[in-house]
Amino acid sequence: MAGLRAFLAVASLSLFAAVSPGKAQTPTTENIQIGLSTDHVSITAGFSGADLTIFGSLENADPLVARQGRYDIIVVLEGPARPVVVRRKDRVLGIWVNLESETFENVPVSYSVATTRPLQDVTDPNSYKQLSLGAANLYMQPADDGDSPATIEEFTAALRERKTATGLYSENVGGVQFLSQNLFRATVRLAPNVPVGTHKARAFLFKSGLFIKESSAQLEIRKSGFEQSIFRVAHDYSFLYGIFAVSLAMLTGWLGRLVFRKD
Amino acid sequence: MGIYLPIAEISVNVFVLLAMGAAVGFLSGMFGVGGGFLITPLLIFYNIPPAIAVATGANQVIASSFSGALSHVKRGTLDFKLGGVLLAGGIVGSTGGIFVFGFLRRLGQLDLFISLLYVVLLGTVGGLMLVESVNALRATRSGAAPVLKKSGQHNWIHRLPLKMRFRASKLFVSVIPVLGLGAGIGFLSSIMGVGGGFIMVPALIYLLKVPTNVVIGTSLFQIIFTSAYTTLVHATTNQTVDVMLAFLLMAGGVAGAQYGAKAGQRLRGEQLRALLALLVLAVAIRLAIDLFVTPPNLYSLSGVGLT
Repeated sequence: MAGLRAFLAVASLSLFAAVSPGKAQTPTTENIQIGLSTDHVSITAGFSGADLTIFGSLENADPLVARQGRYDIIVVLEGPARPVVVRRKDRVLGIWVNLESETFENVPVSYSVATTRPLQDVTDPNSYKQLSLGAANLYMQPADDGDSPATIEEFTAALRERKTATGLYSENVGGVQFLSQNLFRATVRLAPNVPVGTHKARAFLFKSGLFIKESSAQLEIRKSGFEQSIFRVAHDYSFLYGIFAVSLAMLTGWLGRLVFRKD
Repeated sequence: MGIYLPIAEISVNVFVLLAMGAAVGFLSGMFGVGGGFLITPLLIFYNIPPAIAVATGANQVIASSFSGALSHVKRGTLDFKLGGVLLAGGIVGSTGGIFVFGFLRRLGQLDLFISLLYVVLLGTVGGLMLVESVNALRATRSGAAPVLKKSGQHNWIHRLPLKMRFRASKLFVSVIPVLGLGAGIGFLSSIMGVGGGFIMVPALIYLLKVPTNVVIGTSLFQIIFTSAYTTLVHATTNQTVDVMLAFLLMAGGVAGAQYGAKAGQRLRGEQLRALLALLVLAVAIRLAIDLFVTPPNLYSLSGVGLT
């Protein structure tokens, strides 16, 4: 969908800062910026998933480090958090029945990652854990702390696996590309069933495996005009909506008979 | 061509839905069933969340049964009085069903309960119908007169009090089994997203001995109202009716239904019943397999609030 591509304004000031002579002596710290040119993405009737392109800039980049490719960037688009119930089927009298379940609070509905290189090559597992970065390192808070750690672990793993299988949690290795020394482009995937709501785009900068800086921006994903109206009416005027659904069905039935009658 | 469904919140293929609607509509016009027992499992199979599939299935059933009922009104094969009494029971039954639906969904056992109900009901109804219609087919082939409707042949149902005369059905029977049948079907309608025709048709034929040609029209008539009521209640309590999805299914469905009704007229009553029995059994077996075969994913996710 061309209409879905959100372009980010690039802070062109960064180029100027990099060459400014006054700062050559003092040790500079790198900075990362992403900024969205639009604060919302609309889902239209033809929506079937999309790639979202985010542009960003790297400020005060050390040319030597950049040339050696030791800067890494990870961009995450995280969906709104909601509680989720994970259920496990077990065999009862030969029939598969939902038996055990575990409720988790505040699980991001979607989580798309784009990276310059495979995650394990960027930094060590500990740093990911500290930053709570990557689907495998997201902390899922169980609603009932009384359950055994093994059970919680098992259901957390199942939750991640299901999310990945449905495309809501995705990883795009090589999805972040440097266009120049200071400019990068990230492509994150929006699944066809991407949830509406406030999404948070975050960019993490690493230098030789060390975390340097983070930048974030918000993005609203919402249904566009017609779909949004239907959704709103269905929730706000549910009785009228029901009447409408029934009338539409009868009208369609009647018209269908007029058009296709065979007797 | 993809289209985004506003309530189900997923993107689906328009032509798949239209074809699904048309195929089910054809069968529904042919056998006088709403087709809900086919459409709801098909939608779930197509990744529509079960709660939305059930509510939207009920909505689409209105269109196909309304369209089918119109052709029966024209042919005079619709007993309004019998349909009205069935309906009174149906409203009570669906109200109860909606509560059970919400309760089971909170327990996480809704899908299992729906599948079990389908397997047990479809299996029983399909099996009984198949045996009967094969016997009838054999009898007609060997030249004997059909024995289904014979005056003076009464069962226990005909000995109940509160009798009422249904002229169009050539029937004089107690209202108790009629109301009970309506209530049972209303209950199933709200839980399974079906109109209940696949139970109504054989029950009217075998239990109440209504002539087969009147059964189909009357069954369609009461299905319109039961499923309209179900749609309305699901829309207000659960907000799970997706009009976009329903409309696509309907558009295919009404076209298919008219061709189906035409095809149905060329077949004799017992042939129709045998075919319907086979169809019902096929769905039951398909769902039964799913219950016993190890599922590809043991784990499932669901929101705490809806769907």
